[in-house]
Amino acid sequence: MIIKRNAADMAVALASGETSSVALTQAHLDRIAEVDKDVHAFLYVDSEGALAQAALADKKRAAGEKLSPLAGIPLALKDVMVQKGIPTTCGSKMLEGWRPPYDSTVVSKLRAADVVILGKTNMDEFAMGSSTENSAYGPTHNPWDLSRIPGGSGGGSSASLAAFEAPLAIGTDTGGSIRQPAAVTGTVGVKPTYGGVSRYGLVAFSSSLDQAGPCARTVLDAALLHEVIAGHDPKDSTSINAPVPAIVSAAKSGNVKGLKIGVIKELQGEGYQAGVLNRFNESLELLAGLGAEIVEVSCPYFEYALAAYYLIAPSECSSNLARFDAMRYGIRVGDASGVSAEEVMNLTREVGFGREVKRRIILGTYALSSGYYDAYYGSAQKVRTLIKQDFDKAFLKSDVLVSPTAPTTAFKIGEKADDPIAMYLNDIATIPVNMAGICGMSLPSGLADEDNLPAGFQIMAPAMKDDRLYNVGAALEAALLSKWGAPILSHVSGLGAHA
Amino acid sequence: MSLKYEDVIEKYEPVLGLEVHVELGTASKMFCGCNTIFGAEPNTQTCPVCLGLPGALPVVNEKAIEYTIMIGLALNCSIAPFSRFARKNYFYPDMPKNFQTSQYDEPICVNGFLDVEIDTDEGIKTFRVEIERVHMEEDTGKSLHMGGATGRIHGADYSLLDYNRAGIPLVEIVTKIVPGTGKYAPEVARAYVAELRDILRSLNVSDVKMEQGSLRCDANVSLRLIGSDVLGTRSETKNVNSLRSVERAVRGEMIRHAELLNKGERVVQETRHFQEETGLTRSGRSKEQAEDYRYFPEPDLVPIVPDATWIETLRAALPEKPSTHRKRLQEAWSVPDKEMASMINADVLEIVEATVNLGADPAKARGWWLGEIARIANEKEVAATDLPITPKDVAEIVALVAAGELTDKLARQVIEAVIAGEGRPSEVIEKRGIKVVSDDGALMAAIEKAISAQPDVAEKVRGGNVPAAGALIGAVMKETKGQADAAKVRELLLKHLGQ
Repeated sequence: MIIKRNAADMAVALASGETSSVALTQAHLDRIAEVDKDVHAFLYVDSEGALAQAALADKKRAAGEKLSPLAGIPLALKDVMVQKGIPTTCGSKMLEGWRPPYDSTVVSKLRAADVVILGKTNMDEFAMGSSTENSAYGPTHNPWDLSRIPGGSGGGSSASLAAFEAPLAIGTDTGGSIRQPAAVTGTVGVKPTYGGVSRYGLVAFSSSLDQAGPCARTVLDAALLHEVIAGHDPKDSTSINAPVPAIVSAAKSGNVKGLKIGVIKELQGEGYQAGVLNRFNESLELLAGLGAEIVEVSCPYFEYALAAYYLIAPSECSSNLARFDAMRYGIRVGDASGVSAEEVMNLTREVGFGREVKRRIILGTYALSSGYYDAYYGSAQKVRTLIKQDFDKAFLKSDVLVSPTAPTTAFKIGEKADDPIAMYLNDIATIPVNMAGICGMSLPSGLADEDNLPAGFQIMAPAMKDDRLYNVGAALEAALLSKWGAPILSHVSGLGAHA
Repeated sequence: MSLKYEDVIEKYEPVLGLEVHVELGTASKMFCGCNTIFGAEPNTQTCPVCLGLPGALPVVNEKAIEYTIMIGLALNCSIAPFSRFARKNYFYPDMPKNFQTSQYDEPICVNGFLDVEIDTDEGIKTFRVEIERVHMEEDTGKSLHMGGATGRIHGADYSLLDYNRAGIPLVEIVTKIVPGTGKYAPEVARAYVAELRDILRSLNVSDVKMEQGSLRCDANVSLRLIGSDVLGTRSETKNVNSLRSVERAVRGEMIRHAELLNKGERVVQETRHFQEETGLTRSGRSKEQAEDYRYFPEPDLVPIVPDATWIETLRAALPEKPSTHRKRLQEAWSVPDKEMASMINADVLEIVEATVNLGADPAKARGWWLGEIARIANEKEVAATDLPITPKDVAEIVALVAAGELTDKLARQVIEAVIAGEGRPSEVIEKRGIKVVSDDGALMAAIEKAISAQPDVAEKVRGGNVPAAGALIGAVMKETKGQADAAKVRELLLKHLGQ
């Protein structure tokens, strides 16, 4: 079945004429039609647009045009990324029916590379959550076990990969929304260096933390996609004006001999599932066996990362989400004669936002209030600086840092829905990377002993050293594959007969 | 019966504070590439960025930074080596993002001053107005309230929003408190705004049209008992859109405050709106409870770190200061202080200069603009410079008088006709058939006629009573319908009567 191949292999099949992009796209659309009623990875499927893009890619190939490595390959786009004319909801009722009049830079780059966009994937509302349960359009189900969460906020993107509905996906990661879903679905996800991929057209949750990145089933596929979307964008002032690191060649090399790998003392132990830690330690042994030097490092301020994150991110979101006021786009509630604009704004926001979004807006509004600003937002920014310094020191001793991606495997839908703190703890190991603006990758380390569900291995590298993630990731991936004999996703069991 | 201004200043000392907003004359907006043309069709100069669409990001207009630094330098400010934008959060339908991107605690220019000269009872006196800060921000859109009686939001049937102005670069220039102006507070306020306007115009950074809102002044006024060092409660008057209104607003508020204080009532801290028709202010938004704008650094923009050599280049290229320019003109034209002051006060200096530059004698040009034209302007209650008569017209008239083709009296007729829209001076002269009767024969005939009508008067003149000739000259002028040169008539008449 061609849909079970990796994107790099599909590219070979397209180049050799074994199949066409239209056929490949149709195969994925068929798969979506077959399994997405169970998985609910997609909020919108653009069959017509996708087939048209595929036909264009085939035409260019037939004409002998020089094509990008991913030309004609289908992709799923997280619904937080705007695409001209295609409904973009961010998983919120607030934006129901809104069709953006412009393309995000990521979408423009995908188009330029002739990547085929299948549709928009489900997510926690405005990317706030770790389970995709906060979507106003219902949760996404983990293909490993449909009663379990696929992670969040980008659960739709990761689930679409694990269910073979798409070989590639775009995610966004503010505190772990690419990496944690990758971990719990047995896929690969990368949060690039902050500023490495343009945020223009990414609907902002927390501007200083948000970063779009690639989701895939292999390290090389992630690198190929990363290369398409990366690079300086004059439309994003925070975009870094420097050459993109050589990520694809790093993903093809996978050589860790002599490399120093730092294990962060604070990101293991209490709160981590035993099976997750077992797979993590096994992976470390494999890396050591490949010639890497494993060192232990300490990042004492990581203890405060979660608390600081839950001040900074809500503060920024309280301001970023202020624009949803029913005046220009999205839903409008209570607009009647004699009702003031202010009342319409209030009613619309009451109805349009879900509970978690409101919780964070209120939190952030409070943290930014005069009299509280210094104690909350101000202190959180200081913690952020200390976390950066922790990383700086740790990177003096090691080339990359590693940890389990998430403390547990996928939990049951509804299990943590009423306990925000328990939910927030899912991101304890991923948040420091966002706070420091550096880059991180999650790749599967195997199945946890307790539940036979995937566990994730996180690699972290300094800013603009994203190539190191791919180098180490590729080495570990290869070692694990030869140990397992088959890719982890060959064990996906939740789809029954469809698996 | 309202209090007399003399009684106010006998008892109270006014303290001023002035905030001036200037729309910069950049070709594009502060954070996007949209045009900034005044008066364009509503919502035709907008894009995802200035409409605050989800996902859009701002990029700073470098020209706006350059202009702001130039303003800061011209106002003797220090240029901050590091400054940032901040978000000012509040909800309003004409503000697309529901936050204004502005500068808060890290403005780009600080601690400057501007000296203004006032014609006082003791002669020309200089007042120094200290500048606290000059910072950049974006303008909001415009709300048009339709229906209802007042055109105000209360009672309106519905409102229309025009976002063309949203995102136009604004510079806000804020003074420190200005004490010590005594009874000249209204004149100092006006002179400050006038001087600032002249500086901005000389820098060519704005079209500084108060009536179009490209230069807007908020006047803060408070009173305290003379001798007291405790500041009184201030009011902030907005909607002051001419120099004359600045002066009237300050004077009006001083009287209003004094009346309240004299009655033992307190001044409410609030914004007030100046009303052009009455010269009074009406109550606006209360500022008794400070609004909490939840300022925080704008995460979508990077700090502004201007290069020191760039600043020095800009400093070196600053144009001549308006005050220096005025001194130079005063010397060149040999104008006494008082007259210079009245030209500045009538705001005609620039137009007089333009007239002189077209070849007119400085004294004559000044005479017309301060005399006949100012009189008509006064009658019509508009500024002399807003009348439909140009420096070219006046220069032409001055030339015709010098050539003896117009008398002063005829010139006045021509000016009136030009202002009335009858055409340019040459057209008026031709249409009306205006010409100086200089034909000696025609004049002599009129003189003979006058003598024969008043033989007794003629006798007195013959007898050496020269002043009596006035009656005869008047009769001749009447006969020639004012088109004769009175001096010439007098000369011929006296000669004829043997004097």
